Amino acid sequence: MRHYLILLKHELRMLLISPPTYIASVLFLMLMGFLYWAIIRGMVNAPADLLPSVQFFSVFWIPVFFVVPLLTMRSIAGERSLGTLDTLMTTPTSRVAVVLSKFSGAYIFYMLLWLATLCFPLIASKLYPHAATSGSLLDPASLIGSYTFLALSGLLFIAIGIFASSVTRSQLVAGMLSFTTLFVVIVGGQQLGNIANNSVELVAWLDSTVNYLQIFEHLDDFSRGIIDTRPFFYYTSTAALLLGLSTLVIEAKA
Amino acid sequence: MDSTPSIRVKNLTRQYGAITAIQNVSFTVNPGEIVGFLGPNGAGKSTTMRILSGIMSATSGSAWVGGVCVAQSPHEVKRKIGYMPENNPLPDDMRVVEYLRFRARLKEVPSRKLRASVQEVMEICDLARTARRKIIGTLSKGFRQRVGIADALLGDPEVIIMDEPTIGLDPHQIQGIRTLINNLRGKLTVVLSSHILPEIERSCDRVIIINRGRVVASGTSSELREEFLPGNRFDLEIDGEEADVIAELATHKIEADIVDSQQVDDFTYKLSIKTDSEAAHGPHLIQLLSQAPKFKLHSLAPRVPNLEEIFLAATKRSWEETIETKPKMAKETVSTNQDTTSS
Repeated sequence: MRHYLILLKHELRMLLISPPTYIASVLFLMLMGFLYWAIIRGMVNAPADLLPSVQFFSVFWIPVFFVVPLLTMRSIAGERSLGTLDTLMTTPTSRVAVVLSKFSGAYIFYMLLWLATLCFPLIASKLYPHAATSGSLLDPASLIGSYTFLALSGLLFIAIGIFASSVTRSQLVAGMLSFTTLFVVIVGGQQLGNIANNSVELVAWLDSTVNYLQIFEHLDDFSRGIIDTRPFFYYTSTAALLLGLSTLVIEAKA
Repeated sequence: MDSTPSIRVKNLTRQYGAITAIQNVSFTVNPGEIVGFLGPNGAGKSTTMRILSGIMSATSGSAWVGGVCVAQSPHEVKRKIGYMPENNPLPDDMRVVEYLRFRARLKEVPSRKLRASVQEVMEICDLARTARRKIIGTLSKGFRQRVGIADALLGDPEVIIMDEPTIGLDPHQIQGIRTLINNLRGKLTVVLSSHILPEIERSCDRVIIINRGRVVASGTSSELREEFLPGNRFDLEIDGEEADVIAELATHKIEADIVDSQQVDDFTYKLSIKTDSEAAHGPHLIQLLSQAPKFKLHSLAPRVPNLEEIFLAATKRSWEETIETKPKMAKETVSTNQDTTSS
């Protein structure tokens, strides 16, 4: 535990002093700000049945595809190719602490980026007070639900990135691996869902399994303010599994 | 000092798939000793050191550091060891003092003593005044190496293992590192590997030569000299024929062989001769050869074989031994040996 805290502190400090962090956050916020602006702009022209925040969070996958690989690809693969992973292993630190600190560092940064997007509805409500009073910009149920969803799915996404980073020594391979895995997990689940909807032939248990894996479905529920325990289980257990695997990988090939 | 050896390695074997990196390596290092690990590329030096420091596990065999088994309690062992890996990897964007404090915390230095112990190792490695607040990425190679050694010293380890601490340094820096290692003499057990043979010879009490995964020789350099290059050697410079020297010596019942000969000009030769005869000591030879009628002696000097020659003899001998014992296997192992060099 003590080592974990030391390593986490080190991890956050390194994030704070490294330029890529700032580049990633500026790009992320620019992109998300633009999307938010486009959504609000669209609502001015034509009435929409979804709240702006619900629409905004339904495009969460766009930043996930580039931010998560960028954040995590360096973590273990970079240390391994530099050789600093070796020096880390010669200290009385457990492998679990190393993996967990890498994970937490990336996760905290990821969540901070998302929390920064909370500024968009706040700014919008300052500019359009009457929209704010109608409750459409800062709807607590959808905001809390969406952020809970992001926090939960972030566990899985970052864990995927950390695992991809732990199996290789090349950052490029790690980045590509985590990108494709994220793609399969996010888009693949949706495609499975489409197949399931189109064909009536699916067995009942398969149907429920497919539904269980549908990340967009989870988002729909959460952004309406419905908090379900099944996604909780899905994201936390898969993340724990992946982190456990990363620990084993590090142990096997330091 | 207590009687438990600092490092005891018994029948250590490590295989990477079909490749055997080290095979049945056994040796002991006593407390306070400075031991040099010698061997060609891919001989298994780094593998042995990595197993000792607990980064890697052995395929079979056991290793103890300060009486603690590496495989059974790796955490305990890591508290006793300061390890500096090959090429000395350091994070480029941290300051020296920050990095060392971070490492000290990881090595469980109590926070009360943190500042003091970081200051202490920086002073030992001569970093305290010059490079304290510098960013590691901007440091010269010599300073980086010092930071690596300072890091290895943190946390009061009993044993320090350094994998090629002097690689890529200029002579001044090598001298600096040597004095640094000399300052550690007696306080700590130091194990270091190097290609630079005079380096090892000067700073180490004992040498372990490892070739193709086996320990081929172990002892002080004078012991090794006795074992691998017995007899007396002399360098001569003469005007005349080489064969005459041998003939002249033979008349005085001294058997000698020419090890090396070099023609300087039409008459002058530089020779290295080797003799097992007890009578062949310097003054005696000078007397004999200067009276010889057929040639003229210019100079005669005893030649002490340096570690390089011992190393070459030892590795050559182990090479021949393996050829004799396993004529079939030999070719295979050569190619695998080259493979391991890169890993």
